[in-house]
Amino acid sequence: MHSKVVSMRDAIAAHVHDGDTVVIEGFTHLICFAAGHEIIRQQRKDLTIARLTPDLIYDQMIAAGCAKKLVFSWAGNPGAGSLHAFRRAVEKGTPALEIEEYSHFGMVARMSAGAASLPFWVMRNYMGTDLPTANPRIRTVTCPYTGEQLATVPALNPDVTVIHAQRADENGNAQVWGLLGVQKEAAFASKRVIVVVEDLVDESVIRADPNRTLIPGMIVDAVVVEPWGCHPSYAQGYYDRDNDFYVAWEDISRDPAKLQAYLDEFVYGVKDRADYMTRMPGLAERLKAKDHYCEGVNYGF
Amino acid sequence: MASEYSPSEMMAAVAARELKDGEVTFVGIGLPNLACNLARALQAPDLVLIYESGAVGAVPERLPVSIGDPSLVTGSLMVCSMADVFQLFLQNGKIEVGFLGGAQIDQWGNINTTTIGSYGKPKVRLPGSGGAAEIAVHAKRVLIISRLHSRAFPAEVDFITSPGQRCHGKTREELGMPGAGPIKIITDRGILENDPETGEMILTALYPGVTVDEVKANVGWPLKARDHLDLVAPPTTRELQLLREVLDPKNLFLG
Repeated sequence: MHSKVVSMRDAIAAHVHDGDTVVIEGFTHLICFAAGHEIIRQQRKDLTIARLTPDLIYDQMIAAGCAKKLVFSWAGNPGAGSLHAFRRAVEKGTPALEIEEYSHFGMVARMSAGAASLPFWVMRNYMGTDLPTANPRIRTVTCPYTGEQLATVPALNPDVTVIHAQRADENGNAQVWGLLGVQKEAAFASKRVIVVVEDLVDESVIRADPNRTLIPGMIVDAVVVEPWGCHPSYAQGYYDRDNDFYVAWEDISRDPAKLQAYLDEFVYGVKDRADYMTRMPGLAERLKAKDHYCEGVNYGF
Repeated sequence: MASEYSPSEMMAAVAARELKDGEVTFVGIGLPNLACNLARALQAPDLVLIYESGAVGAVPERLPVSIGDPSLVTGSLMVCSMADVFQLFLQNGKIEVGFLGGAQIDQWGNINTTTIGSYGKPKVRLPGSGGAAEIAVHAKRVLIISRLHSRAFPAEVDFITSPGQRCHGKTREELGMPGAGPIKIITDRGILENDPETGEMILTALYPGVTVDEVKANVGWPLKARDHLDLVAPPTTRELQLLREVLDPKNLFLG
């Protein structure tokens, strides 16, 4: 099998184009900041960026001028405060940003529809809320069996989805443990998929534990090996979330000059994730995960 | 009985007392998380904690600061996708209690976490729904935790993110919502509960030393009070010890 392993720079250059709909998924866990930073470095424009929780990485991409539109369901700084670049865009129009807003269930449903190649997804939801007024793409359908009125959301089919995994083989068969978020649906819904990993492993490692494979290589276009690629997000079993940085972002993002200085130093000022890590002395020691292994299972027959 | 305690400690203790052993609870970060873990340490050791991030039966060894904290995974009963959380657990009626809070809560228990001011031109852009809208629709009952002040308790919220007992004049039954919705608002001065007849949130219990007028002064609509008001006991020494020494020793949420 031909190896799909490329550098982050080459993966973004080949698969993320101006005007694309881009999803970098991961719910708190496994958010690939390294990919977002490379998109910023390559100065992609007019992107529609979609995620349940924009998190710090989309705040940075909004501040860097990459985004035309944000599709989301919860735009805060988890446990720490606000995403101030997002808030400036929505409250003051600097920079201009269209928004399309759902709830978490709505976003999950959009990706589920996209992944199943259906035009929409059905939910029992949104009655009484003002969300369908704010977003007319949230609609209703009458159940042909019971007559019940149900909520619908349209499929989301991104041009490209970035998934960070603990490990994959060179074909992109990717294994994930810990919180799974909506990555499987996002990847299957997407036209192109980039998998970024902490560890590149032999196919035999994947085959030894097939239940742990979240993304099959057949839907993967590029594999990037960038350890610590999620920081300040985390990778279960590898490194902890950098909660101190999430708290610090409240102050950095509040001040456009500080935010720009951050981007200059840690995004534009580095060439890749390994370079980024050299600017973070002591980080690896502070956040390295403790061991908590599980026992294997018997896959025999 | 302890003499000194903070409003947050009281709210966490009161919320914990609402939880019964074995109940399946959709947990949020901050006081709801403290309340659930306090209940687990006291009357409800078999409380099942579910987080929207996909951790089921979580037993966090440290205080989670985000809803996707890695400590929710280690030692949990199950980790599932978010599609499973919302469809197989929540929409399928498996969640008994949901905790919610918000920037604005109105007389029907509608919650706004979306915008202050108009949606198109907001004065303040808040984070949005997250999973709150569907929790408010589906959880068998919802407990709201919020400090009481009139800005946070207007007669009508600017935007209904999470539906309460009556939305734009319609009842939950008329709207076809499966869950009972917000049945209690646990504040720092007393407890509001929905009047079963009208759905309106009315004062039903006071904390020690708080007067009815004090509560009314901090609510943006003419708050009704039940004829007989309960007096809520302050946090016990045991509750305070667990909260301070075990659950939030760094005082991240109790201050």
